[in-house]
Amino acid sequence: MVSLKRISVDFKVFSIGYLRNKFGLFFGLIFPVVLILIFGAIFSGGTGTINVYAQNQDTGAFGQNIGNQFLTALNESSTIKVITVDVSENFQDYLATHSVADGIVIPTNFTENYILEKQVNITVYGSPASSTSEIVMGTVNGYSNYFNLQRFNGTMIIGLTSATVNTKQTAYIDFLIPGLIGFSILTNPMFSLVNITADYKKNKLFKQLSLTPLTKIEWLIAKVLFYIALSVAGFLLMVGIGVFLFEAHITLSLWLIPFLFLGPLLFASLGMLVGTVAKNPETAGVIGNIVTFPMMFLAGTFFPIDIMPGYLQSIAHALPLFYVTEGLNNVMVYNNRSNALIDVTVLGIITLVIFVLAVKLFKWKED
Amino acid sequence: MFSIEVTNLKKSYGSSLKAVDNISFNVEHGEVFGLLGPNGAGKTTTIEIMEGLRARDSGNVKILGLDPWKDGYEVHKKIGVIPQDFTFFEKTTPKEAIDYYADLFNVKVDANAILKEVLLVEEKNHVFENLSGGQKQKMGLALSLVNSPDILFLDEPTTGLDPNARRAIWEVIRRLKTKGKTIILTTHYLDEAQQLSDRVAIMDHGHIVAMGTTEEIIQQYGSGERLEIHGSQQLTDYINANTELSGEYDTDTEIISIPLKKKIDMLAALAAAEQSGMKWGEIQTHQDSLEDVFIKLINEPLSEQEEEIETKTNKKGHR
Repeated sequence: MVSLKRISVDFKVFSIGYLRNKFGLFFGLIFPVVLILIFGAIFSGGTGTINVYAQNQDTGAFGQNIGNQFLTALNESSTIKVITVDVSENFQDYLATHSVADGIVIPTNFTENYILEKQVNITVYGSPASSTSEIVMGTVNGYSNYFNLQRFNGTMIIGLTSATVNTKQTAYIDFLIPGLIGFSILTNPMFSLVNITADYKKNKLFKQLSLTPLTKIEWLIAKVLFYIALSVAGFLLMVGIGVFLFEAHITLSLWLIPFLFLGPLLFASLGMLVGTVAKNPETAGVIGNIVTFPMMFLAGTFFPIDIMPGYLQSIAHALPLFYVTEGLNNVMVYNNRSNALIDVTVLGIITLVIFVLAVKLFKWKED
Repeated sequence: MFSIEVTNLKKSYGSSLKAVDNISFNVEHGEVFGLLGPNGAGKTTTIEIMEGLRARDSGNVKILGLDPWKDGYEVHKKIGVIPQDFTFFEKTTPKEAIDYYADLFNVKVDANAILKEVLLVEEKNHVFENLSGGQKQKMGLALSLVNSPDILFLDEPTTGLDPNARRAIWEVIRRLKTKGKTIILTTHYLDEAQQLSDRVAIMDHGHIVAMGTTEEIIQQYGSGERLEIHGSQQLTDYINANTELSGEYDTDTEIISIPLKKKIDMLAALAAAEQSGMKWGEIQTHQDSLEDVFIKLINEPLSEQEEEIETKTNKKGHR
């Protein structure tokens, strides 16, 4: 008979030990938060604008300075922020000393030529190695067309409105949060159980525990419950930071519960399985890494799997973590319950298989 | 009634390694029983079978009348165990560990009393990984006491400890003995066995080669009491010629060694020596220690290298 009391007793001792281990605590809770802060800072907000150095050599004519108007218009675009460089500077040297590739030079007689409808060229500096240069070129080109049309009193007929599939806009951070929650649901129980199982086996600690009334199922359940609690704590922390610091758009629903429950159960069992079949702790560590690392990066944790080539996407579908991250995404980001149901079902089946296998192969005693 | 009855116990690992080969012994209630032997002799296998941690191939084992493999749960409630190289959760303190065990066994214990019993009061709030080797073993002892066991199994409880720590553990074991616990102790330290055990069994290659009180074993397998006189070959001949004794002379040590049947033989030997008018020096009597007997019984004492190989094969077998 499984005893709740013994589970809670083992849970308590394990939790106290875990909290005393600052290293574990760091990787369990703080590391995913650090990842969110780093990735969030890199990808949110700052991506929209590119700094472009511009030198306006245009002196103006007929009481106007079209060069200034052009730069002002560019600066008001959502993609470019113009930083003006004084005419006295040698522009190329200036770019070189400031280690920037993107720059615009408006020539001296720009206004005069514009008004007199004579051909005039804006020079755009860029680098083939820089991903921003093309955006700068495109934007400047767009505004040149607009100014050309204006000169002949033309009107823009085709315009663009930006939109995404859902009613609300999804940003990278919205995707990153479920991904990193999945990441910590994988890594915490997995690494810990691989390590503990192999270590306890080597040090005969399991043998010793087998001399108490505690059973192996009770022992495993206590670990699983602990990692569920840790995952929920991590979940709240990451969602909190995402929402309050990076204005992530997240849907919370009861549908999250099966993922937060099954995930740690699956990976704790998988960790125990690896620790059980490995001959010694060193081998266990290696097998654990071989199993864990592909999932850490290929199962939709740091980037959506849609951007990966087809064969990698197929691999992703074979990784158990994929159904956690995709499920979390379906619930939290897309609010797509029918897809989430598929994920839960697949995840449930994988979990059941791994759990049964782990419990069957895992032995307290030896023959 | 015996606390422990072992009859014709056998256990092999694989097809070749007979770890325990047909051994039988009984342990009385309240007795301290020492299992002695070199590494790889089969001590740990025997003790683990008695604890219900390992299945046996054949033979009978009764612990308080129960079969430890079939009735493991019942047996575990009544025994306490320190495995060889006891370890515990790194970040758990002795006090927490005792409470943990008490909750698992569903018994109420006074953790402080147990800690006092094993002389570990001062370290009760130190986490396991920071304890010294001796303190760790004491914590193991403390845990083995939580369920107030009738029988304690101590598998090499002092291996690798410094002399002071060993003596502290001995002290604890002696105290437990006075409380009437039956104790099974394996060790490869002969002084430890001699100090603590009421009876010992000496194991070698899976067999019991001698069993009884240490005095009985020394009497049976030892060479008895001898008188040793520092002297010469001539003196030896003189004593042999003029008494009923038969001394032997060792030219290297210049010692005459004379086996004594009775204590009074000593007087005859000394009188003859005095009568001879020859020079003779220091005298002393010598009796075989358990160690002498042990070395005699385990006819080829294992060298360090062989010991290592034995341990390795033993470990391989355990997997």
